[in-house]
Amino acid sequence: MTASASTLPQWWLDTRAAAWDRYNAAPAPSRADERWRFSDVAGITLDGLAIEPAALSDSEILALKTKAQGALSPFRATLKHAASLSFINNRLSHSASLPGELTAKGVIFCPIEEAIEKYPQHIQTYLQKHDVALGSEKFTALNTALTTSGALLYVPKNVVVELPLILEHIATDDDACVYPHTLVILEDNARATLIEYFASAEPGARHFASGVNDLHAGAGAQLTYIGAQSWSSNTLAFQTNSIVAQRDARVTSLNVHLGGRQARHESHSRLQGPGAHSEMLALTIATGAQQFDQRTLQTHQAPHTSSNLLYKNALLDTAKTIFSGLIIVEPDAQKTDAYQSNRNLMLSDAAESNSLPGLEIQANDVRCTHGATSARIPAEQEFYLQSRGIDPAQAHELLVAGFFEEVLNKLENEELHAVLASLLQTKFKK
Amino acid sequence: MHTLEIRDLVVALTETPDKPIVKGVSLTIKSGEVHAVMGPNGTGKSTLSKAIAGHPDYTITSGDVFLDGKSVLEMEPDERARAGIFLAFQYPSEIPGVSIANFLRAAVQARLGEGEDLDAVAYYKNLYAKMDMLKIDRKFTSRAVNEGFSGGEKKRCEILQMAMLEPSFALMDETDSGLDIDALKIVAEGVNQLRGPKLGVLLITHYQRLLNHIVPDYVHVMYDGRIVKSGDKNLAIELEAKGYDWVKDIAVPAMS
Ligand SMILES: Nc1ncnc2c1ncn2[C@@H]1O[C@H](COP(=O)(O)OP(=O)(O)OP(=O)(O)O)[C@@H](O)[C@H]1O
Ligand SMILES: [Mg+2]
Repeated sequence: MTASASTLPQWWLDTRAAAWDRYNAAPAPSRADERWRFSDVAGITLDGLAIEPAALSDSEILALKTKAQGALSPFRATLKHAASLSFINNRLSHSASLPGELTAKGVIFCPIEEAIEKYPQHIQTYLQKHDVALGSEKFTALNTALTTSGALLYVPKNVVVELPLILEHIATDDDACVYPHTLVILEDNARATLIEYFASAEPGARHFASGVNDLHAGAGAQLTYIGAQSWSSNTLAFQTNSIVAQRDARVTSLNVHLGGRQARHESHSRLQGPGAHSEMLALTIATGAQQFDQRTLQTHQAPHTSSNLLYKNALLDTAKTIFSGLIIVEPDAQKTDAYQSNRNLMLSDAAESNSLPGLEIQANDVRCTHGATSARIPAEQEFYLQSRGIDPAQAHELLVAGFFEEVLNKLENEELHAVLASLLQTKFKK
Repeated sequence: MHTLEIRDLVVALTETPDKPIVKGVSLTIKSGEVHAVMGPNGTGKSTLSKAIAGHPDYTITSGDVFLDGKSVLEMEPDERARAGIFLAFQYPSEIPGVSIANFLRAAVQARLGEGEDLDAVAYYKNLYAKMDMLKIDRKFTSRAVNEGFSGGEKKRCEILQMAMLEPSFALMDETDSGLDIDALKIVAEGVNQLRGPKLGVLLITHYQRLLNHIVPDYVHVMYDGRIVKSGDKNLAIELEAKGYDWVKDIAVPAMS
C-alpha cells in the first residue's frame, strides 16, 4: 500500500497499514458463512478496479471538481442546512462551513483527514471502536486503509444543531473506488441531524464503494442520521453502520437504497445505557436485476432499552433483496423492548425477497417481536386508483410512495420528508 | 351530449364465467339524466357498476357497453375513467400512505395531455372549493385516502373525487348508505350541483329518502340480475310502500 498524504500522523499511518494487512488476510465472502447466506458472492469482484485511488495532477483535480458541481444532491440543493461537505472520487470538492455561532460552541464538522490531524483524541477514542461484525470486515478494513473522504461531526455537551448537516460522496469515471468514512460524536444531551448522500456522476459507470459510519450518541443525545444512495446501475457497494446509544439517547437512522448493481448494507445498534433507543429504518426500491442485501443487529446491553427496526423494500422486475436481522438481548438487559419488521412489497412475480429474522434472548423479562411479510399490491387498491384514470405504472408509483410513508412519517423535519419522498420518486422516472 | 348504452349485458365472476350474476341488462343513459336503480341485496347492482368500470374480478360474457357509440370493453379501467366513466364505490378502498391531495393530483394529471403540466395553484384552489362545497375539512387533503375514515367520510370523499374529475357518467353505488341525515343532504346537494346537461347518473340505492333529495328521471327495479320494471320517480314511492316481494311477483312471470 502506498501512503499518499505524508502530513498524516504516524499513528494513523500505522492504523492504515494494519487495516491494509487485515484486508489482504481476510478471506473473500463465502456463502458457507452464515452471514452471507443468500448473497450473490460471485458478483463481488474487484478485478480491474482502481482500488487504490491514483495520485492526480492539479488540472485533473480541477476537472473533477468541475464535474462534482453537476452532481449536487437534492438535499444540498433544496434543504436549509447548517454546513455541507462534498467529495468526488475521495477528494474534497466543496465545503460550506458551520456558522460561527456553532463553531464558537465547539461544534466540529470537517473532512476526516483534517480531523485526524487536528482532533486525534476524537478519532482515537471513537473511530471503529465497535465492530459492526456482520460480515463485511474485509471491506471495512479496506475503507480504513484507504479512506481520505468523509467527515467528523462532533457536537459538545448540551449543544443543539438545529439544521441538518450534509455530506455528499460522488464517484465518477469507470472503475473508480470510493471510501467514505463518517464519524459522528454527540456528547451528552447534544442534538444533530446528518444527511449523507452517495451517488455516481454517470448512471452506468462501473464503481466500487465501501463506506463506514460510526455514530455515537452520549447520554440524552438525539441523533438523526439519513443515508441515501443513488449509485450507478453498475456499482458494487458496501456500507457498514455502527450505532451506539448511551443512557436515554435516541438515535434514528434511515437508509435509502436506490442505486447499485449489488449493494450490501450492514447496521448494528448497541443500546448501552438504560432508556437508550434506536430507531432503525430503511427504504429500498429494487428494480431491474438489482440486488440489495441488508444485515442488521440490535444488541441490547442494558436494562430498559428499546429498539425498533422497520425495513421496507419495494421490488420490481427481477430484483432481489435479502434481509437478515437479529435481536440480541444480553443477560443484564431486562425490560428490553425490541421490535424488528421487514416488509416487502412485490410488484413483480419475478422479483425475490428473502427474510431471515432472528432473536437471541438471554434475559427473561423482555418484550421482543419480529415479523417479515411479502405481499403484492392488493388488487382492490390497484383497481381503485385505475378507476380514477391513473394508469397502472403511475398507480404502482403512488402505492409504493404510500407504502413508504409509514417510515417517512417518523421524521420530524417536514422539509426533509418531502425531499426524501421526491428522491424516491426519481427512481421511477428513469 | 353523451350517451352511455348498456346493451344485453351479462356479467359473471371471472373465475366462474358460466354462472351469470347480471343476466341481461339493457339501459341507456343520456347526459343530464338521473337513473335510479333499486333492488334487493345480492341482485347484481354492484356487479353491474363494477363491470362497467372494468373491474378485473368480473367478466362480461355477452352484451356490450357503449360510450357515445364506442364499445368500452376493450379499454383498460383507467382508460374508461379518462373517457368519462366514474364509479363511486359502495365500499371505497383504503390506500395507505397516499394522501387525498396527491391521489387526486395524480388523477387530474392523468387527464392532461402529453407534456402538459398541472397548475398546482389552480388545482389546490379547485380542491379547496370542492371540499368547502361538500363540507369536508381542508385538513383531509393530507390524510391517506379513506384510511380510518368513517363510513360517511368515505362516501363524501367519493363525491369529492367525482366533483374534481368531472366525469360525463357517474355510477354511484349506494353513496347514501352510511350517511346520517345531515351528510345525506350535503352529498345530495353536491350531486345536484354537479347535475346538469354535462352529467349522466346511474344512482344505485336502497332508500327512497335519497330520491327525495336527488329526484330521478327514471327508476329501475333490478331483481335477480335483471331489470324487471322501469318507471318514473313514483315507482320508488310505490316500491317503498309495497316492498320487493311485489317485484318478485312481477319478476317470476317475466322469467317464464
Ligand atoms: N367478488 C365476488 N366474489 C364472490 N361473489 C360475488 C362477488 N361479487 C359479487 N358476488 C355475488 O354476486 C351477487 C351479486 O352481488 P352484488 O354485490 O352485485 O349485489 P348488490 O345488488 O350490489 O347487493 P347489495 O344491495 O347488498 O349491495 C351476490 O350473490 C354476491 O355474493
Ligand atoms: Mg351493492
